Amino acid sequence: MAAGSTYTPIATTTLGSAASSYTFTSIPSTYTDLVLIVSGSNAGSAAPLMQVGNGSVDTGTNYSMTVLRGTGSAANSFNNPGDTWFNTFMTSGTGEIYTVTANFQNYSNTTTKKTALFRAGAAGGNVIAEVGIWNNTAAINQIKVLLSGVNFNAGTTFTLYGIAAA
Amino acid sequence: MANTYELISGVTVGVGGAANIDFTSIGSTYTDLILKVSGRTANAAYNDTIKLTFNGSSTSAQIKRLYGNGASAASDADGSGAASINFYSTTGGTATTSTFGNAEFYIPNYAGSNQKSISGDLVTENNATSATAALGAGLWANTAAITQITLTPNSGLTFVQYSTAYLYGVKNA
Repeated sequence: MAAGSTYTPIATTTLGSAASSYTFTSIPSTYTDLVLIVSGSNAGSAAPLMQVGNGSVDTGTNYSMTVLRGTGSAANSFNNPGDTWFNTFMTSGTGEIYTVTANFQNYSNTTTKKTALFRAGAAGGNVIAEVGIWNNTAAINQIKVLLSGVNFNAGTTFTLYGIAAA
Repeated sequence: MANTYELISGVTVGVGGAANIDFTSIGSTYTDLILKVSGRTANAAYNDTIKLTFNGSSTSAQIKRLYGNGASAASDADGSGAASINFYSTTGGTATTSTFGNAEFYIPNYAGSNQKSISGDLVTENNATSATAALGAGLWANTAAITQITLTPNSGLTFVQYSTAYLYGVKNA
């Protein structure tokens, strides 16, 4: 993207204390695509998860994804249909710094079901490329990033950017 | 809010090639860095690999890679203590003439006091069946702010003329 173009921060937070989730709410519909960056670490081994929705996040079995994963010794790919969240399947060591990026294209239309691309990786864990679909045509105005069973460590950052096509 | 995806610096390799591409004096103005590379090296193969080092350090690097060549996929790693983060694939000297590999690296919180996580997506380009795509999760286990990024072909040869690298800064506010 050229300098000065439309890559705009919508919201960001840095955890002041450990927490199991963070939710972006009231995401405006003024952009074309969304980019979510998570940079941080966990208090234990758990894959970052995401739920999206309109008004509230969807906790139903409406998330499906196809995953390409490298463990450092093997590569594999698998489907994970009908889950209750987007599961990044990224593992990391306790306290290990990792990066997760998520791209939500055309997130605010009300005609198409929403797809997303994920990249996640931890040098001591695994490396992930993933495509997912939320089985819903509603505009996305909430995104929750969470862990199951453990917390994000203090200092973990969550940043949401909007990209406008024009 | 203002647009915050800004070019910090760009390099185009000139006649004779370059043993490395170096970004120095990177300020702490931004939140994240994005590095985009269009590269080809003089390596006597269709591919080469790109190594990243930070602040001139030759320690504390680590990476896990996932890659495929059109026929199979594999994953491997360089454990903690490597001299550089070897992300794999860029185009080498026997690939189709005038084709260059593509790479993008994302470095969040590069100026923070945590260790640094680096995500990389890379492909060779070749108008033939030999080509490679690679993803990498790298770590520089150092808490210093990144002020210098050096890209080096793993072959020890040069980036050829017209290879380019652009470093962008992203602000979260």
